[in-house]
Amino acid sequence: MNGRIVMAALAALLTAAAQPMPMPVAVDPAVLRAEFVARSGSDTIFFAGDSHGLDQAARATLTAQARWLRMNPQVRASIEGHADPRRTREYSLGVGERRANAVRDYLIAAGIPPGQLDLVSWGKERPVATGASEGAWALNRRVVTVLKR
Amino acid sequence: MMARLLFWLIAALGTPAAAQVPAPEPVTIAVPPLPTPTVTRTAEGDTATIGRRIAEVIAADLGSTGRLRTLGPDGVRAYAFPEATGPQFHLWRATAAKALVSGFVEARSDKRLTVACYLFDVTTGRELARQGFVVAPPDWRRAAHRCADSAYAKLTGNRALFDTSIAYVAESGPITARVKRIAVMDSDGSNHRYLTAGESTVLTPRFAPRGDRLVYMVFTAGGTSLQLLDLASQQSRALLPGGAIAFAPRFSPDGRKLVFAMASAGNTDIYVAGADGGGVTRLTTMPGIDTSPSFSPDGLKIVFESDRSGGQQLYVMNADGSDQRRISFGNWRYASPVWSPRGDLIAFTRITGPNLAIGVLSPAGTDERVVTNAWQDEGPSWASSGENLVFHRTDPASGRTALYTTSIQGGAARRLATPQDGTDADWSAVEEEARR
Repeated sequence: MNGRIVMAALAALLTAAAQPMPMPVAVDPAVLRAEFVARSGSDTIFFAGDSHGLDQAARATLTAQARWLRMNPQVRASIEGHADPRRTREYSLGVGERRANAVRDYLIAAGIPPGQLDLVSWGKERPVATGASEGAWALNRRVVTVLKR
Repeated sequence: MMARLLFWLIAALGTPAAAQVPAPEPVTIAVPPLPTPTVTRTAEGDTATIGRRIAEVIAADLGSTGRLRTLGPDGVRAYAFPEATGPQFHLWRATAAKALVSGFVEARSDKRLTVACYLFDVTTGRELARQGFVVAPPDWRRAAHRCADSAYAKLTGNRALFDTSIAYVAESGPITARVKRIAVMDSDGSNHRYLTAGESTVLTPRFAPRGDRLVYMVFTAGGTSLQLLDLASQQSRALLPGGAIAFAPRFSPDGRKLVFAMASAGNTDIYVAGADGGGVTRLTTMPGIDTSPSFSPDGLKIVFESDRSGGQQLYVMNADGSDQRRISFGNWRYASPVWSPRGDLIAFTRITGPNLAIGVLSPAGTDERVVTNAWQDEGPSWASSGENLVFHRTDPASGRTALYTTSIQGGAARRLATPQDGTDADWSAVEEEARR
């Protein structure tokens, strides 16, 4: 992806988004995601241990994500839950769903129509960090809000 | 009939279940090359070469169980064809061998091969078993597995396990972007083939009891689904309506039902359905993650794991979901239970911190013990013998995975060679038994 073009498009979008208005459907997905991340702070929130509880940082991020999703009702989002590799595969799929569901519930409570949100559990199948350390595991215990358009 | 040999085996192997470590002393069995009456060329090499390769397969099979120590085919006395049915026992008694596999390979006029094998008690000179096969030359390996099965079953009293297949997930590429494909191979790693192309992530292939179908989980653009794959036609179809997050599928012992986990609204429960995916019935309702269900061999009970009490523990219930009882009470987590085909044990993954190990315990929750020792061993599946397990092991530094087999009698786990990394192995029933 051409970084300068994305940045230019992003600047234009940020200006335009000062007023709630539907995003044009033909926007490049990378641009859409960059704008979503810039507005929400992050597309990813993290969890402790086996928990699916939302801490203060997670809630702040999700509140901002919900604000953006409300302004962009034509954008579908896939709420994708992940677990770290310390548990078994078939348990991790349950953990991922539990986390994604907690995020989905929060977004719905914040006014997002349930039909705008899909839910996926990747279990421990899609780690972003490798290695057997708490630092790597913490990065993998996450829910990512993936825009689908 | 084979009282002396049996007595010897019982003395060597019949230690109480609670005292299995270290491994019992294996019985030594000689497996010299199979001779041929006339060296004849075939599409698979000449009959003398095939005779040697058959002995290699038999020795590798028998040696992989932890129950038997093999002599040969290298370094033991080779005999001529006439001796196949009348061994020179005094010569074998001078070795460590207590049992002997002999036989022969002969080319037939119809281009097929006769493969014969005999099992003898070296001490008494008695014949314990005999098998004969007429096979196309490329199927000599299958005949070898059947010979090994016959010897193993006779010597141990267990059900046979070598003429079987293993399905698993073949993994390649970086850990953060793994390509996962369903693959199937013979239990010794031969005859390997891929069943999915790798464009979608796939997990947990599990054989139907007859070995003709596999159920597995796939991730697609629209979410996840359970797929039923017919091995003959290579056709897959989705089993449940779209949108369901279903995983951990397994067939019932009669092949007519599937039990699986399904997650909804933050709660994962156990469900059962017909083998065609119809008639979905919920079996558990407790808040928490209930997953990894496995039927008892009589089909009357189901073992599963649940974190309803906090950490993951094992529970047994009736096949209709009634009478759910916790059976594990150790100070660690228990996961991915699988009921033995013999019914006497449940294998599971024991979780202590980041460490995963394979353990077994009785269906009542007693006689728990650990049978592997590495950083992460998980996903056990039983061989039809009820004594051997296949599982996958993860390397802590690289995150790479490989399949291993082990005997619950003890001894070191053996790596099963695969072209790529492997996880989620499932060991089929013996093909001959399964097709009855």
